[in-house]
Amino acid sequence: MKQPLIEFKNVEKRFGDTVIFRDFNFSVEEGEIVSIIGPSGSGKSTLLRILMTLEGIEGGVVRVAGKPLWHKETDKGLVLADEKHLHEMRNHLGMVFQHFNLFPHMTVKRNITEAPMRVQGKTEIEANKIADELLELVGLSDKADMYPNSLSGGQKQRVGIARALAMQPAILLLDEITSALDPELVEEVLDVIRNLALKHSFTMLLVTHEMYFAREISDRVCFFDQGAIVEEGEPERLFIHPNEERTKAFLKAYMSQ
Amino acid sequence: MISFDWEWAFVLEILPMILSAAKVTLLATLLGSILAILVGLSFALLRRSKLVLLRVVTYWVVEFVRSTPLLVQIFFLYYVLPEFGISMSPLLTGVLALGLHYGAYLSEVFRSGIDGIEKGQWEAARALNLTTYDTYKDIVLPQAIRPMIPATGNYIIAMFKETPQLSAITLLEMLQVAKIIGSENFRYLEPFTLVGILYLVFSLVAAYGIHCIERRFPKEGFTLR
Repeated sequence: MKQPLIEFKNVEKRFGDTVIFRDFNFSVEEGEIVSIIGPSGSGKSTLLRILMTLEGIEGGVVRVAGKPLWHKETDKGLVLADEKHLHEMRNHLGMVFQHFNLFPHMTVKRNITEAPMRVQGKTEIEANKIADELLELVGLSDKADMYPNSLSGGQKQRVGIARALAMQPAILLLDEITSALDPELVEEVLDVIRNLALKHSFTMLLVTHEMYFAREISDRVCFFDQGAIVEEGEPERLFIHPNEERTKAFLKAYMSQ
Repeated sequence: MISFDWEWAFVLEILPMILSAAKVTLLATLLGSILAILVGLSFALLRRSKLVLLRVVTYWVVEFVRSTPLLVQIFFLYYVLPEFGISMSPLLTGVLALGLHYGAYLSEVFRSGIDGIEKGQWEAARALNLTTYDTYKDIVLPQAIRPMIPATGNYIIAMFKETPQLSAITLLEMLQVAKIIGSENFRYLEPFTLVGILYLVFSLVAAYGIHCIERRFPKEGFTLR
């Protein structure tokens, strides 16, 4: 059997006394596009943040490309990983944030070239070439020398996507990437993702509130509630014929908005 | 009846001596500031270390330095250290004492400046797999420096005004020289007045300079090489 690219096994995650995940299991195949939907506070973003090594886990194991993410395999079993291991594992992943988190003191281009130059040791010429291509991909070639604060939210987020792609991650994590945008700017960002999904074989994991988008783009949709996957399945099935009461209630509440 | 006579001839006579002592004062301030910035930055970064022990030790070192008088620290460095075989010139001692003392204060300025950087910036840097070093150098410090300028400048001016304390270890800075001139000529009015005026002028110029640096400091595009 083929090994999943991402695998959560019996994962436990707590914030103080608040349990987010307990005995949580989840996996994603290579090339799969998975959307995670559900009410706020259900642990959707935490899932992505654990994968991006922004949050640790208290129990269980997360595997990426077969290797434990937060642990190292030793003769004595799994031990908590050091920064070097995390650094290596992060090469598999890229993340786009809800609030963009662009570096405001750097030009758009420099935002994109920073990591390829510093982390992958690319020369400025090589990195600039990558940035030029990515800026064209997200339709912002003319903004290369501008600073993030002079861009619209939608443009900022497109830079955020380009910046994450510059590191050529196998897995792209999209954390509510349109939630901070004005409604009229949502489409330009989603178009970039549509384009990516069409032309490249990324593995994408997205947390989203745009149900129609999740339905359109995903291979699989997972409905999260209270730190557990209540229901998952192909988008058409899940959105049209949800099995679980909680899924129905959530979708109904969403539609009536 | 106290006579109040200001002698311009005397002023002109002593001015070169006081100005040359002003160079010592300025040198001590300049070197002290550079050291204080380095010490302050080191303390601030140590306070953010992953190692609890390092954080706690740094905290207490900073507290200790801030809670003891500068003069005690100056005396300690100058009179006690030689007993351990370390003896330094008055200027070096002064620079070290000022650098350490104000470094402790500056570490708090730098710490709050670094704390002021949004969490999202750190997370983006981590997601891009930047090392801690690159994160500080390329992402955090370039953004933190601008808001740190006013407080840092104030401390440097404060340091400048505390340099007379170095006269206690025979450093020939302005006040010490003025005192010597006064006692040699039995005239204190002109030397001390001159020293006061020079302190005022230098402080005002420095304050204006800092204001200009702050205003001109780029909001965007500032990176450390």
